[in-house]
Amino acid sequence: MKEYTITVFSENNIGLLNEVTIVFSRRKINIESLTVSESEVKGVSRYTIVAYMDEGKVENVVLQIEKIIGVFKALYFEAEEIVHQEVALFKIANSTRLNGNLEAMVRKHGAKILTVSPEFLVIERVGYKAENQELFHELEQYGVLQFARSGRVAVSCLEKDFTSYLKELAEAS
Amino acid sequence: MEVATKTQDTNTICKTTEHLSGAEILVRSLIEEEVENIFGYIGGAIMPVYDALYDHQDKLLHYQARHEQGATHAAQAYARISKKPGVCFTTSGPGATNVLTGLADAYLDSTPLVIITGQVASGFLGSDAFQETNMIGLSMPVTKWNFQITKAEEIAEVMAKAFYIARSGRPGPVLIDITKDAQIATADYKYKKCEKIRSYQPTPELDMNQVEAAAELINGAKKPLLLAGQGILLSVAEKELMEFVEKTQIPVACTLLGLSSFPTDHPLYTGMLGMHGNYAPNMNTNECDVLIAIGMRFDDRVTGDTAKYAKQAKIIHIDIDRSEHNKNIKVEVPLLADAKQALTELNKLVSGTKKLEWMQSFKTYSQLEFDKVIKKQAYSDREKINMAEVVRTVSEHTNGEAILCTDVGQHQMTSARYYEFKKTNTQITSGGLGTMGFGLPAAIGAQIGDKDAKVVSISGDGGFQMTLQELAMIRQYNLPVKAIVLNNSFLGMVRQWQDLFFDQRFSCTRLDNPDFVKIVEGYGIQAKRVSKREDLDAAIKEMLELPDAYFLEVVVETESNVLPMIAPGAAVSEMRLE
Repeated sequence: MKEYTITVFSENNIGLLNEVTIVFSRRKINIESLTVSESEVKGVSRYTIVAYMDEGKVENVVLQIEKIIGVFKALYFEAEEIVHQEVALFKIANSTRLNGNLEAMVRKHGAKILTVSPEFLVIERVGYKAENQELFHELEQYGVLQFARSGRVAVSCLEKDFTSYLKELAEAS
Repeated sequence: MEVATKTQDTNTICKTTEHLSGAEILVRSLIEEEVENIFGYIGGAIMPVYDALYDHQDKLLHYQARHEQGATHAAQAYARISKKPGVCFTTSGPGATNVLTGLADAYLDSTPLVIITGQVASGFLGSDAFQETNMIGLSMPVTKWNFQITKAEEIAEVMAKAFYIARSGRPGPVLIDITKDAQIATADYKYKKCEKIRSYQPTPELDMNQVEAAAELINGAKKPLLLAGQGILLSVAEKELMEFVEKTQIPVACTLLGLSSFPTDHPLYTGMLGMHGNYAPNMNTNECDVLIAIGMRFDDRVTGDTAKYAKQAKIIHIDIDRSEHNKNIKVEVPLLADAKQALTELNKLVSGTKKLEWMQSFKTYSQLEFDKVIKKQAYSDREKINMAEVVRTVSEHTNGEAILCTDVGQHQMTSARYYEFKKTNTQITSGGLGTMGFGLPAAIGAQIGDKDAKVVSISGDGGFQMTLQELAMIRQYNLPVKAIVLNNSFLGMVRQWQDLFFDQRFSCTRLDNPDFVKIVEGYGIQAKRVSKREDLDAAIKEMLELPDAYFLEVVVETESNVLPMIAPGAAVSEMRLE
């Protein structure tokens, strides 16, 4: 089993997400992370899906997704073919225990403090999942009230073909 | 008279904008799409549509099924015979869930359907209202496209899209769920046919490099074999296929759904593929040097063990659905095109001479199959009638020109094996889904699709009882369908597997059947039972000559198995003759 990042471009229609996920669930493939948001073209959604599957399966999965009416294009990538990040937010109780430790920790991890209130503070870190996880473990000693992580977002190293197609779509509409 | 004038008026003005009810818009959309026949079943949530239909009975004929599943199978066969999308109406809730089997069947067998299900009013959506079911969620995995209409303004555009999607590219079923308030509300109406959807490319551009690569393989082949699938029938490429075959002298085998795309009496026809197909094409699949697969999808019933399937051959795969290429079998030359388009181009580039030695190998295998199987089954000398004898007799008396609708099981495989298809597009059966109960309603749909055709349905005693309520349609609409039940008082195909693979432990396959003749007579249809060989020929002749509907039950041998057979998990070349 290999980790794949699948990028899908589709219309922003009700039910399309459901149709895309059915392709995975029917084959008993678990989705590790899923992010859907508007692409650079209005009305066109971009999905970033991370899943583990056999090498032989991924092409079929991508073609089945592309077959869905409303999907423009589906592509799959291995880790070295993309640049990817996720966002993590940590909410920690504001207490004297933090002292000066927090600032050093935030700096070390390349994170930043978003909000400070008398009760709590919120730290944001953008990066790889493993690094965000590491920061989470370090913060645990201070009591993490909440930890939220986005799914992966990724841009590919190739893909220029489809970007130009998307631009044509935007011009046509 | 009043009805007629009314519609005439609407026709002259429907090109300009009008203000109409959603139900009326829906019905007019069907007329715009040249729909003539609808199959369905009325109920609460679709009543406004049926009310609108009442004014258009001169243009739209509605066939009242007795169960929504029957309506879908009739619509499927209608679509396959008439080459137009089959249309169904049902109400919400149970009416809608009853179409799911038909949708799944049509999805696997690439049949264009537009199914319109009523839905509770939009304000009730998600409230578990009476007869509310999430039909979009339920039908999503078994439709090419589905859509829920909640506003009258959406109807015309969505209907245009539905028909376009159902019939274009690789055809398939579409479900439109329409809330009751959208049927009642009014909107401006102007119909415009759909010709393009930006996120859907149904007709691929032909890659001429691939065509040339395919032609080169074909022209260099010494032992080629062509596999004809339903794609030939769907794209109406029978003539192009014939031209290709005669030019190249390549032997042809058909998939189950490809039957009748090529005449069985042609010297280059070698038989049916797959688990219960003919010996020669299965054995030679693993002997050929070039395999040309057209409009088929390498189903597991065709390939047997894929690890041992045509490994020695270079494979050319012509299919309109890109996701079918390299899905089950890795191929040398995938050719993205519909069969007609690809064959038209290939015919300009290919040629070939008679392959005498190669053809002889088919003949040798066929003779072996005749001696070991066909002689014993189609010309049985055992006490009880064999299914194959019945099919052979029907084939002879119809000259292989009737439309044959079959159900699922032993009788289906026997029909596919022993009916001599001489006319194009004359077999309707449930291939991918294997839906018992498909045959009888399919025969009804086929008869409506071609009023002049002789339509014969062959079912087993198991499947027949799954949809026999549709006999009422035959009676109500005076359809001259000839229905045959081959009764072995068993679920024969499962019995066969129990016999071969489960130590003859016949668990739950014996059927204690009712008196079929009495039941059918209860529907007002002439019926007869035959159990002796000497009565068979005359009974079939009588049935076929009668201008009306007719039911014939033939009591057949229980212990007979359909042979030859590729056991599950075995290779095509490991097909057993006994």
